[in-house]
Amino acid sequence: MANESVNREPRVAVGRRFFLGAGVLGALGVVFGGRVQNTVSNSLGTGLGGILPFGDRFRYYSITGTYPKITKKKYRLEVSGLVDRPTTFTFDDLQALPATELTKAFQCVTGWRVPDVQWRGVLLADLLRHVGVQPNAVALSFESYDGADTESLTIDQANLPNVLVAYEMLGAPVTRAHGGPVRLFVAPMYGYKSLKWLSAIRVVDRVQPGYWEQNGYPVNGWIDGTTGPTNHNPQLA
Amino acid sequence: MSTPTLTSNPSRVLRFDVAQRVTHWLNAALFSALIITAIPLFYGSLFGVIVPRHLDQEIHLWCGLALPLPLLVSLLGPWGATMRRDLRRVSYWTREELAWLRALGRRPLDADKFNPGQKFNTLFVGASTLVMLASGVILQWFRFFPVSWRGGATFVHDTLAYLVAAMIAGHVVMAFTHVDSLRSIVDGRVERAWAKKHAPAWARELDDATRDSSNF
Repeated sequence: MANESVNREPRVAVGRRFFLGAGVLGALGVVFGGRVQNTVSNSLGTGLGGILPFGDRFRYYSITGTYPKITKKKYRLEVSGLVDRPTTFTFDDLQALPATELTKAFQCVTGWRVPDVQWRGVLLADLLRHVGVQPNAVALSFESYDGADTESLTIDQANLPNVLVAYEMLGAPVTRAHGGPVRLFVAPMYGYKSLKWLSAIRVVDRVQPGYWEQNGYPVNGWIDGTTGPTNHNPQLA
Repeated sequence: MSTPTLTSNPSRVLRFDVAQRVTHWLNAALFSALIITAIPLFYGSLFGVIVPRHLDQEIHLWCGLALPLPLLVSLLGPWGATMRRDLRRVSYWTREELAWLRALGRRPLDADKFNPGQKFNTLFVGASTLVMLASGVILQWFRFFPVSWRGGATFVHDTLAYLVAAMIAGHVVMAFTHVDSLRSIVDGRVERAWAKKHAPAWARELDDATRDSSNF
């Protein structure tokens, strides 16, 4: 019989061990991998960590499939709606406003995280003070030069001390792929709230869920997982 | 292998039946699609080069979910006898096979239908597929998992992607440097002489089977 030669010698269940081993390693990797990755990248620094496959690295997203190209010279940020002084800012106008620097982790809702990213820009609160928000205003709607992405923040969220209209990132001008020349950086929330290629801010009387929220993401993307603006912890990020 | 020994048996023997070949090429297509669509997801500066990101992401997701199906279907049906037997071959090793792998092939071996290197490759890719599937599910339906798990799943999915891609690249190189093997995953057959040289234990098994069936 054919099977006699197959079963002649004692066999070792290598396959079972392989699958059990992979299951155990995979589970350990999922539970502790984030920590391992953080340790590795902290010891390597952002530079090398960004090159290695297991290091921390940005992943680039765009809704439209391309990166809009806007020069600093042509860049305009239109702030309108329920404000006392609707204003269109040039890139130089933004740079002339008081600058704020933050060093914060960038946390994506899907799990990847880049620690210690340096940001520089105008505090959104400062920008709002500059244009004068009217008392009946409730929220902000953000628009992008990509023509597709939108975002929202409540006025309270927008006034947090770690929400920036950023023009520098990682110690250099925000690159085109990262949403330059000017993007939003909402430190206490997941990355999808940090709209890229910021083109307009409209001050409105109700929250209009943005692109990702219409696709099922939480409107308030707090990284600590809370749902309401009352129990957030801005120090967390 | 250029001088086949003369036997009364047909000179070419079946190595992979139709179910196995179809499964293999479906796997190959899905793996290719996964690797190609993974590149822009991973190296963001490249996205949009192949297809828009959303489409890319959708293709990656569906190909990933579909990946285990060809193998499962090929194992479960009445068409899966050879596949099931080969799965047992790959899963249960002799002590000699383990020793051969530990010696990295520098040891004589009465090789089965697949040598331990091939068995290792099969198990590695198979087990990795399950881990990739599980970590991929966490990444896709991240809302149901804690943030630290999402980070861990990213780590696992990325690291293993590199390993699996390397294994597959090795597999492709081996295929193109071993044309007889490559042909057998296309038309299913190898020369009996090839089997005697590269898989002697299997060749004897085939001979036994032929003898058995001729008795009936």
